[in-house]
Parts: sequence; C-alpha cells; structure tokens
Amino acid sequence: MEVLLEVEGLTRYFGGVAAVKEISFQVQEAEIFALIGPNGAGKTTVFNLITGLLAPDAGSVVFEGKSLAGLKPHQIAAAGITRTFQNLQLFGNMTVLENVMAGAYLKGRTGFLKSLVTWPGSSREEKLIRREALALIDEVGLAGLAGLPAAALPFGRQRLLEIARALASGPRLVLLDEPAAGLNSAETKELAGYLKRLREEGKSMLLVEHDMETVMEVADRIMVLNSGEAIALGTPAEIQANPEVIKAYLGEDERVA
Amino acid sequence: MLKKALVFAVLIFFLVLPFLIRSNYLLGMLIVTGLYSIIVIGLGILMGYAGQVSFGHAAFFGLGSYTAAILATSCGWPTPAALLAAMALPGLVAALIGRPTLKLKELYLALATLAFGILVHILFNEGGEITGGPSGLAGIPYLSLGGLVFDRDIEFYYLVLAVVLLVSLAVNNLIQSRTGRALRAIRESEHAAQTAGMDTSLLKLQAFVFSAVLAGLAGGLYAFYVTFISPSPFSFHMSVQFVLMAVVGGLGTFWGPLQGSGLVVALGEALRWAVPLVIPGAGGEYQIIFFGIILVLVMIFRPAGLGSLLSPQVNQERAGRPGGREVDGGVAGG
Amino acid sequence: MDLSGQLFQLLCSGLTLGGIYALIALALVTTFNITGVLNMAQGEFLALGALLAASLCAAGASLPLAFVIAVAALALLGGLLERSAIHPARHAPGLIQIIITISLSISLRGLALLIWGTEPVALPAFSGGGPLLVLGAAVNPQSLWILGLVALAVVGLHGFFELTYTGKVFRACEINRTGARLVGINPAALSCLAFAGSGALGAAAGIFITPVTLATYDMGFLLGVKGCVAAIIGGLNSAGGAVLGGLLLGILEAFGAGLVSSGLKDALSLLVLMGVLLWRPEGLIGAVAGRKV
Repeated sequence: MEVLLEVEGLTRYFGGVAAVKEISFQVQEAEIFALIGPNGAGKTTVFNLITGLLAPDAGSVVFEGKSLAGLKPHQIAAAGITRTFQNLQLFGNMTVLENVMAGAYLKGRTGFLKSLVTWPGSSREEKLIRREALALIDEVGLAGLAGLPAAALPFGRQRLLEIARALASGPRLVLLDEPAAGLNSAETKELAGYLKRLREEGKSMLLVEHDMETVMEVADRIMVLNSGEAIALGTPAEIQANPEVIKAYLGEDERVA
Repeated sequence: MLKKALVFAVLIFFLVLPFLIRSNYLLGMLIVTGLYSIIVIGLGILMGYAGQVSFGHAAFFGLGSYTAAILATSCGWPTPAALLAAMALPGLVAALIGRPTLKLKELYLALATLAFGILVHILFNEGGEITGGPSGLAGIPYLSLGGLVFDRDIEFYYLVLAVVLLVSLAVNNLIQSRTGRALRAIRESEHAAQTAGMDTSLLKLQAFVFSAVLAGLAGGLYAFYVTFISPSPFSFHMSVQFVLMAVVGGLGTFWGPLQGSGLVVALGEALRWAVPLVIPGAGGEYQIIFFGIILVLVMIFRPAGLGSLLSPQVNQERAGRPGGREVDGGVAGG
Repeated sequence: MDLSGQLFQLLCSGLTLGGIYALIALALVTTFNITGVLNMAQGEFLALGALLAASLCAAGASLPLAFVIAVAALALLGGLLERSAIHPARHAPGLIQIIITISLSISLRGLALLIWGTEPVALPAFSGGGPLLVLGAAVNPQSLWILGLVALAVVGLHGFFELTYTGKVFRACEINRTGARLVGINPAALSCLAFAGSGALGAAAGIFITPVTLATYDMGFLLGVKGCVAAIIGGLNSAGGAVLGGLLLGILEAFGAGLVSSGLKDALSLLVLMGVLLWRPEGLIGAVAGRKV
C-alpha cells in the first residue's frame, strides 16, 4: 500500500505551551486513521496544521510526495485534502444543495468575469456540478432536503452535510473532526457504515472521534495523543491492550467498550 | 430567486416614468439615483458578500469622472474610449490597495479606503491645471456612441436605465454562479470556504476591484451627463452616503441598491427643503447628521438592511444571524 | 534664523502637532484594546470639547472652569454614545462597528456645524508672555502645555493600569475578555468607562490645542484620522507605540510642510497611513497586532 500523507515531527506552540509536540504518522491509501485522546490533546490542532489554517512551528506535512509547507488552506484543498469541523462551519444561509455545490468549488473553472455573463445554471459545468452534488446528497442520506437552508437541518443532518460538502470536490484524503458527535446511535451506525464504504471506494480518512465504539469499528490504525504528544500507535486491538493508553485516557472514559 | 414578471413590471414602469413626471428636476434626480445605484450595486457585493466595507468609493467615483473628463477634453479621446478608461483606472487602483489589506481584518480595508478617499479628494483640489483645482473642469463633451449623442436628459435617462439593468442582471448572474456561491460562503464561514479550496483573498479582491470598476463607470457617465465636474461631489461624505445607500437598501438583495439609492437621494432632497424651515439659518452639510444617525440605527437594529422589510423571504433568511458571519469558531480548541 | 535654528523650530512644531496625535492615538488604542472598537469619532471629541470650552469662556466662565465643564460634558457624551450606539452592537462584526463609529463621527460633526457654525473660535493661551527663545527657535509656550498633557496622560494611564484596582481589571479585560467575565468583571461597564475616558481626554486635548490652532466644527475629522495613523504606526496595541507613532507623524508633517509644501501636509499623513497599511499593516513599532487566525 502507498503512503498518502506523511506527518513528521509536527509541532505547534500556543503562548509557550506545546499544543502539538513532535507528532509523526503516516496515512496509507484507502485507510481510516484515527486520532484519539482527551480534550485538549491537540487533535484539532493537528487538523488545523495539516489544512493550513495554522502554521507549524516545526515539522513537515508531505502529501502524495509533495511538501505542503507554506501552502495556503485553499491550495492544500486543491492538492486533495478537505475537512469537516468539530463545531460545524456550514454555510448556514445557503441551501443544502448550495453547500455541497460550494464544496465542489474546485471542480469548476468559471471565474469572476465569466460568472457575470453566464445565465444562472445554464452552463454545462454548472449542470454537472449540480447533478453530482444531488447524487452526493442522496448518498449521505439527505435525499429530499436539497432545497432547505443548511441552518434549518437538525444537528445530526448538519454533520452529514458537512461530510458531503467535504467530499464534493473529490478529495483523496478527508479529515473528519468528530463526525459522530451529536448523532444518535442509529445515525452513528449509519455513519460508520458510510465511512467504511468510502474506504472501499479508495478514500483515505483521518478521523478525530470521541465515540470509541465507532473508532474501534472503523479505524485501521489509531494514534493516541495526550497533552500534545503521541503516546501510542497501533491497530484498534493493540490500542485497547496498551496499558499506557488505558492509564492515560481510556481508563477515565466510561464510553470505552 | 428573481421573479421575472416583477423585473419586467419595474422595467416598464421606469420606461414610461419620464412621460408621467414631465419634470426636468425629477428626471435629473432619477438619473443621479441610477448612477448612484450602479455604485451601490458594487458596494453591495463588497459588503454583503465579501464582508468588507469601503469608505473610499466616492474617490473611485471621482477617479472615473476625472479620468473620463480629462481624457475626453485635454487628450481628445473619443468619449466611449474615455468611459472605458474611467472604469479601468479605478479598478487598477483598487487592485493595488486591496491586495495587501484584504488579507487582514475588516478594519484595515476600511481605513485604507478612508485614507485613500480623502487623499484623492485632496489631489482633486490640489491638482492644478490637470484637475482644475477647486473650480473643476468644464466643457466636457456629451457621450456619443456611434453617431448617437446623449445631449438631452431624456436620452441620458434611458442610457442610465439600460446600464443599471445590465449591471443588475450581471450581478444577479454572478451571485448565483460558482463565484457567487464562493462569495456567499466566505461571508458564512471563511475557514470552511478556504478549506473547500476557495482563495478567499483573491475572491475578496475581485469583489473589491469589481465594485471600483462600477464606481468608475458611474463616474464616467456622471462626467458626460453634467459636463462639468468639481471635487465637491467626491468627498468623504459621499462615500458615507454610498455605504448608507447600500445598507438601507439591504445587503445581498437584488432590489436593495435601487431602493437604497432612491431613498437616500429622496431623503437628502427632503432634508434640504425641510431643515431650513425648522432651523433657520442652518447651512452646509447638515443633512449628514441625519444620514449618520440613520446609519447607526440601521447598523444596530437591521444590519441586513431595511430592504429586508420589503422582501420577507430574505428577512427570514437573515433573522438567525443579525451579527453577520462567524469567523474564529473552527480553529480554537484541539 | 540660521538653518539649524529653523530645523529646531520645525522639530518643535512637529512635537506639538505630534503630541496632539499621540493623545488621540492613546485614547484610540486604549479603547480598542478594551472594546475591540476603533473609535473613528475620537477626533470629534476634541472639536466638541474645544468649541464648548470656547463658548463657556465667551459667556464669562474662567478658563479652568470652562475646561472642567467641557471635559466632564465630553466624558458624559462619550459614555452616552457607548451606551446608545456601541454597546448594542458589541457582538456585531468589526465591519458594522466601524460603520457605526464613522457614522457617529459625521453626526457629531454635523451637530457641531449646527450649533457653532463654520466660524473658528479661539481660547486664550494658558500662560501669558511671548514665545520662549530656545536654541535660536521661538517656542510657543502652549506647545509646552501640550507636551505636558501628553506626559501627564501617559503617566496617568500607566499609573491607572498598573496601580489601581480598576486599572488592573481593565488590563485583565484586555488580555482575556471571557476570562474577565468569569471572575466577575463586567466588560460592558469597562467599555462605557473607556469611551467616557476617551471623551474626557479628547476634550482636554482639544482645549489645549485651541490657543494654537483655533477651533472649528470640522477640526476633528482629520485629527481623528491622523490619530488613527499614529495608532496604526504604533501597531494598534501599545500605548508606547501610539505615543511614538504620534510624535513621529507630527515631526514628519512639520518637516514636510516646512520643507516641501504646506498644502500637501494632510496628504502626507494619509500617504503614510496608506504606506503602512499596504507595506507593514502590523505597524512599524512593536509586536504584531493582527491575530493570524
């Protein structure tokens, strides 16, 4: 299997405190790689560093053999990495369809000037993006809701919409920040199934999730972070058996299966 | 979505309006309102979609006017070429100002445009022979397009009506396009927009340059309409009035710029008539007090604009977020 | 007068001008750090304070009495404006807040125009006597009063923030607004106090310069903009930077007006602002002001 993402010695300080300290891991093609750890362990910071919203103080991120150092968030997205946000960042006043079509921004080519002279929805590109967005909306289970404003959806549906939006540009790697938070158990099961289907289709995913049941079910490998440092890396079975992990994290968490 | 029937009805109304009013004074006001609304449409894109404000649009308006006037008089350019240059120069200047400042907080573009606006106004006044100083430039020719000379108000009215219609339709195309979705997305969540692959700095810059080009277009047309220009209509107060027109009409709406320009022009005229009756001896730009107060009230109570009162759909859409966009949410924590 | 005397003369008038800019910048930076609002109406506080004091003097009040009344009135006005216009929009984006303060500025200016008209008004110099001769330059004693006020304001603000309880509360609020709220500090009251203080400081500055420049209804606008320039040069986050930025700008303007052309004096500071914003928006002095993310 080929290495898709290579994180090496990633470090970031906030006011003298290391939020992320010398973290290294690799994500393979068609792999679900999970980052777990207590709140404040640095998981979301890792996401922000990979997607370019924050700049690392040290370390490197290499994607498909190319360094992402110094790239802006939109360039990293164009390289093939998209993400969802822990506290949802939907385009709330836009419809579900518009959210997903906005997510497919990278698929289009129509620039500012051409947008001025093109009648809405009349171009082939626009029709194609609309068709694909509608298909994706069906696929994540939002069929029939395309015309609603995103903010009007129930919370669980909003999570799914964020995932659809992140998938819309056809990324090779998707960063999912607590996709199951706020979902009920049936929805969580559905989500886990969907993530596994995406993996079968060849998508790689970097997953931050507190729901251990889901993590253990879908993840191929897991890295445990504590106070910004990696304390363990292995398969779900290995992680569950790791005494240090149990001490540092799992022991405190009642949700562990 | 735009209701085509309504657009046609409004268009027909404005087509026959000159025959109903039969007043050169009102016709002149309509022309000026139309020119302002061209500027306000652009400003609405900048404020309503890219989430930025400019306090220097009167300067772009003025740059357009002076460019057209100087090229058409001293340089002897044909008027259509001068009009194109009147659009190009403000666009170029906006690109230079906007590129570094748009990457920063809203504050910086506001300050840069404010400083730029005052600076340009000083230059108009101190420009010696080139700008004619405080007394301005006279003898600007009428616009002539392929043998058709726009030397009467009624002709110019229909020209402005056509331009406003074209610009409105173009902007309506824009906001429903890929680019428009991106601009709206930036307003909703800049981080999510970036991580979806949108070059938010570039998009904001494009919106800013576009708004400056429209202001330049209005300025060029203004020069060919009045055939005499001086620095006074391009002052900082005019920039504030443009912002007022944009927010009063409602940001991010199709009709907002037209309503806003009309309301503010009408209010200005009404105040010009009414204030001396109430406060004898009041002179100068006292209207600006009222404009300022109205702007504060609109900003506090209806930042989405008064236009949203008139179109309930948009009103409902905005109701959940009176404060506008959230910026920082996604990055904290970890 | 020889060249060095002439240069020293320019330096003195530059420091006087700069002192005024520094005072405005000081008020702007303090308010900005506490409330996150850049108060574009700060210059109008100077104009209103000066005009009010001049009217009081003309009505027979002594200068100190007029000073005290005008400063108190502007403190009240600052607080009132904060309650009525800034506080209701405290959660609004910066875009809306800056539109509000600019609107306040033009409204106040219009109000001044209605009340006082366009004629300049004067105040007597604080101390009598002719100009002092220093190193071959004639120094207006009023300049010393202005610089004295700058020094007093710097020392006073420093003492207030470092030594008094309320001052420490202010600083806590600057550092972490949410945290301050958690320990029972009310940021809303501080915001109101900051605007009242800005009003008072603005009125004082306006009264101090009026013997030199006269007061007009529209004096505040460019002063406010130049105060902004000074604050931005200073990085918008430090009092020291603001004072230094103000003095630098004043000296630059004085030399520019004296050696190049006085008509372009105002254009010069605007060019400086544009230059700083385009080239080093984080300010020339001090640490980076804009948080990156």
